[in-house]
Amino acid sequence: MSDPASFKAVTLPRDLTIKLLTDMVRIRRFEEACAELYGEGKIRGFLHLYIGEEAVAVGAIHALTAQDAIVATYREHGHALTRGITANAIMAEMYGKHSGCSRGRGGSMHLFDAATRFYGGNAIVGGGLPLATGLALSEKLTQKQTVTACFFGEGAMAEGAFHESLNLAALWQLPVAFFCENNLYAMGTALARSESQTDLCAKAAAYKLPTQRVDGMDVIAVHEAAQTACAAVRKTGGPFFVEFQTYRFRAHSMFDAELYRTKAEVEEWKKRGPIHDLSGRLKAQGLLGEDEFLAIDGAARREVEAAIAFAEASPWEPVETLTHDVYATP
Amino acid sequence: MSHKTTYREALREAHRDALRADPRVFLMGEDVGKYGGSYAVSKGLLDEFGAQRIRDTPLSELAFVGAGIGAALGGLRPIVEVMTVNFSLLALDQIVNTAATLRHMSGGQFSIPLVIRMTTGAGRQLAAQHSHSFEGWYAHVPGLKVLAPATIGDARGMLAPALADPDPVVLFEHALLYNMEGELEGDWANTDIRSARVRRAGTQVSLITYGGSLWKTLDAASELAAHGVDAEVIDLRVLRPLDTETILESVRKTHRAVVIDEGWKTGSLAAEICARLAEDAFYDLDAPLARVCSEEVPIPYPKHLEDAALPQTAKIVAAARSATGK
Repeated sequence: MSDPASFKAVTLPRDLTIKLLTDMVRIRRFEEACAELYGEGKIRGFLHLYIGEEAVAVGAIHALTAQDAIVATYREHGHALTRGITANAIMAEMYGKHSGCSRGRGGSMHLFDAATRFYGGNAIVGGGLPLATGLALSEKLTQKQTVTACFFGEGAMAEGAFHESLNLAALWQLPVAFFCENNLYAMGTALARSESQTDLCAKAAAYKLPTQRVDGMDVIAVHEAAQTACAAVRKTGGPFFVEFQTYRFRAHSMFDAELYRTKAEVEEWKKRGPIHDLSGRLKAQGLLGEDEFLAIDGAARREVEAAIAFAEASPWEPVETLTHDVYATP
Repeated sequence: MSHKTTYREALREAHRDALRADPRVFLMGEDVGKYGGSYAVSKGLLDEFGAQRIRDTPLSELAFVGAGIGAALGGLRPIVEVMTVNFSLLALDQIVNTAATLRHMSGGQFSIPLVIRMTTGAGRQLAAQHSHSFEGWYAHVPGLKVLAPATIGDARGMLAPALADPDPVVLFEHALLYNMEGELEGDWANTDIRSARVRRAGTQVSLITYGGSLWKTLDAASELAAHGVDAEVIDLRVLRPLDTETILESVRKTHRAVVIDEGWKTGSLAAEICARLAEDAFYDLDAPLARVCSEEVPIPYPKHLEDAALPQTAKIVAAARSATGK
């Protein structure tokens, strides 16, 4: 249990708090299943797990409205689930089935959903930032009061796309919430080994964006920071940058031997696991019983089992349709 | 009804029409506004349409091309001017990895109705970094449509169907064409972005080309006539998807083909066309296929060397005479 001196009481409404906890558990159970399915050869290609970082997507996306847009990265299963794409559609996409959210054409790294304004799923580091900037431009020019939430890792901040996009978004005052998921490693390269300036907020501030740094393992802190950021974007019409300090518990992908960090470091971060952190605080405050937590967990496990069954039962797309959807008309 | 104009003015009028016709259309790029466009295509448009719709961008090809993709995704109809094809390399990731892929990767959920315009080609002693012809590179990519207006009619008429197209269209304007004067024929409003066009009918050899090389090729056809060679000239116009039918129809008639392409010969669009002819018209051919392309060298600065590096009328004439044995 937490040190009483540093105990951070949860003061958000209980319904919301339980929703945040539930979504984090859903992501965890979903991805644990994905790792197993990868081992079985059911899921192929690249698979990047978000385990450990769940608080960021969950806290941030619950600060958005249904009208807001999301641009994410190749580590986006959690974002997609939180946004409301069904576990069935995501799992079927991982299988490459026609019933997947991208009709099987994208796979793990390219989850898309027009209905929830989920614009992927981008497997080029930094590739989503110009896209989000342009989406925000269209929202601004059509006088919509929406936020475009753009998720990216700290590794993307070494790319020219980051600098060009922040400059453009600030110069034209475009409504983008730039959400940096700083998990300390760009694949296997630690921040200090790849960036001359390791103060990420300073980089964004250089382009005159307002910035905030927050503990990305604390879903409540993430949620409050994202709310602050989105409120500022809506009020000013301009961009905002938030650095979420987080940590990936699993390897970068399924091919990563993790030679670049120590087991001790990983174990140290795991003590701060976002699900453990929130459930512990809620229990300490008497806001969550163990039976309730087990019910949440059980529902998440059943949801995942159902998704796997759905994906297994879904048909393959006929190969005759191979070249469909390259152009609007064949 | 026809009237005298220039390629540049024809492009500008096309922009003016598009901006008037649809409030979703806007133009952005480096120096398109206050400067009037580095090739003056957009001169005067800022005053007429305002800074919201004629947007000067920073020197950030990756970001503003990507932003054009995002704005198209968001429902607008952007025209993004990349000053030249040379600088488009800085935006290549967004064009190839995002614009070209998003429809397919999303299982058909999303469209990118975007037009990217850029100047291409050599011939002005601008040396190696400002003389590229990468139309063939873009034409390699499924998901993109690639246009090369070579005539005043196409300069006037191609933009509207390109904007109406639900997929990303890359439009190449050869730098040597902007000052070209000529008659704008009355039928430009029916311009399609699907077909190649026979610009000169002939019976003995098909000269297949596009963009800035069209005029050198037409000059070559006139010279060839003096040598008793009746050449047909095909203007590809649309580099992706290629109108293979028009090319095949011509070659099945003439039985000989020379492809003229300002790109380097190795891996060129000319190579693709020759391969298609070899695949689909092999038994119709009476002579080996021939290509007139740029020499395999970064385009040099001195005029005599630049001229030697590029396809020229004399080389086209020689290739066609060789193919016809005349």
